[in-house]
Amino acid sequence: MGRVLELENVHKAYKLGFIPKKKPVLKGVSFHVNQGEIFGYLGPNGAGKTTTIKCILNLIFPDAGRITIFGEDSLRPRARQKVGFLPENPYFYDYLTGREFLAFYADLLGIHGQAREDKIGYFLKLVGMERAADLQLRKYSRGMLQRIGLAQALLNDPALVILDEPMGGLDPIGRKEFRDIIVNLKKEGKTVFLSSHILQDIEMICDRVAIILAGEIINQGYLGDLISEKVLFTEIIIGGVPAAEFDHLGESVSTSGDRVLLKVYEEEKIDQVLSLVQQKKGKIISLIPRTETLEDIFVNMVKSQ
Amino acid sequence: MKITTIALNTFKEAKRDRVLYLLFFFVAVCLLFSRFLALLTVGDRVKIIKDVGLASISLFGMLMAILMGTGLVYKEIDKKTIFTLLAKPIHRAEFLLGKFLGLVLTIFIMTVLMAAVFMLILFLHTFSVDWKILLAILYIFFELCLMTAVALLFSTFTTPILASLYSLAFYLIGHLSWSLEMLIKKVKSGAGRAALRVLYTILPDLENFNFKTEVVHNLLLPGKLLGTSFVYGVVYTAFLLLLAMLVFRRRDFV
Repeated sequence: MGRVLELENVHKAYKLGFIPKKKPVLKGVSFHVNQGEIFGYLGPNGAGKTTTIKCILNLIFPDAGRITIFGEDSLRPRARQKVGFLPENPYFYDYLTGREFLAFYADLLGIHGQAREDKIGYFLKLVGMERAADLQLRKYSRGMLQRIGLAQALLNDPALVILDEPMGGLDPIGRKEFRDIIVNLKKEGKTVFLSSHILQDIEMICDRVAIILAGEIINQGYLGDLISEKVLFTEIIIGGVPAAEFDHLGESVSTSGDRVLLKVYEEEKIDQVLSLVQQKKGKIISLIPRTETLEDIFVNMVKSQ
Repeated sequence: MKITTIALNTFKEAKRDRVLYLLFFFVAVCLLFSRFLALLTVGDRVKIIKDVGLASISLFGMLMAILMGTGLVYKEIDKKTIFTLLAKPIHRAEFLLGKFLGLVLTIFIMTVLMAAVFMLILFLHTFSVDWKILLAILYIFFELCLMTAVALLFSTFTTPILASLYSLAFYLIGHLSWSLEMLIKKVKSGAGRAALRVLYTILPDLENFNFKTEVVHNLLLPGKLLGTSFVYGVVYTAFLLLLAMLVFRRRDFV
């Protein structure tokens, strides 16, 4: 599998204040993104996610280290030929309409004539913005800007799509649609680099992840390797039996009406709970084994730093 | 092609910001002042109208170049529209050149419109057309191009307010630096004279583009002087643009 994006020991410090004092933001960031995967870049706010992306796109210059895109040094504009980018809070020329906005970027990318019109039509439909196409961007909501921004990022049929917190301003339906679009991009053979602090998004669609904290990569790898399949505990919701009956079997977390939510840590005790419920003529409403989530790993890592 | 796209978009932005409405102010100032001053003056009324008209074109053009030019790049960075733009495969120099040409195009169209109005007012007073006026306006336009490059240069590293002040200072120095030339002639040759000569070479001399007096008073316009002024304008503007590109080349967009 070829490497689409590679960062080697990237350092960046910002100079702040009247008497400039250097504040390190990236402290030797290294990772790579393989062809055809959805790569999740995870970290809390202020960890250095956006700074990393800006370094990749040449919007800021690293103090040290090397970045290559498709094997080409990121400092060359040619390296960005096959890259699409959607920034965190998309800011666009608000005096343009959605259609004019896409036409402007198409022109910049050298797409003209009928090909341009076809592409604009196709992407407006893909992101569900056909109806707002002739409205000025200043009248768009944040979610709408996010959608038109994604269309802009895909115009040049990029092989690498970089999305910075793409689902920030979206409602639940919008998030689902965005996730579907991203998964489809992967199916089309594109590589997706997705930065987010929303773990659920990453967990659902990413193949590999890198976790950044205070400018350092603290873990990276395949999602399956990072998250163990081990069952941490089982959550059982029981109806019709008082909570006190289960004191010796598990921890009752909450009760509502005649329902009890029980957390059982030992596997052998699950059978005992089930037979006790049967014996007391109660009923099992649900039984869910809880495995470790990306969130657990993330919280543990942040705490241990 | 990329430069053209950015230039046309810059023009579109100016158009939608209703910058061209400035033309109405120009017409009002031109009509009112030329009538008012003509009433107060003894002598040639037409000369007053020509003087006021040319000065107004220069003033309004300068206001446009400075006010719009200083916000040109700053606005892109402040509004973060530059992020998606420079993430595309374009050189920063192409971006700057596109912005510059876009504003020059806006100023060109505005100058043409102002010139048309001015010529019409003049025609209504004299019933004849003085084509030499257009030559003076052309050199005003060259000066405006240079001022746009000045504003753009300051816009690459500072806020619009400071950039406006710097540009204004540049404009004033540019129109007063000719007195240094007079001084040089009066100072005895030596270190002092050499220092003054260096200073005069570095400082801009915008009076090189001022042919208003010659045109209004129907004086001789030597071709050599026109040629030198044109070359001076092109070289100085190119130098300023190059400087802006150098500043912009390694700038971080945080």
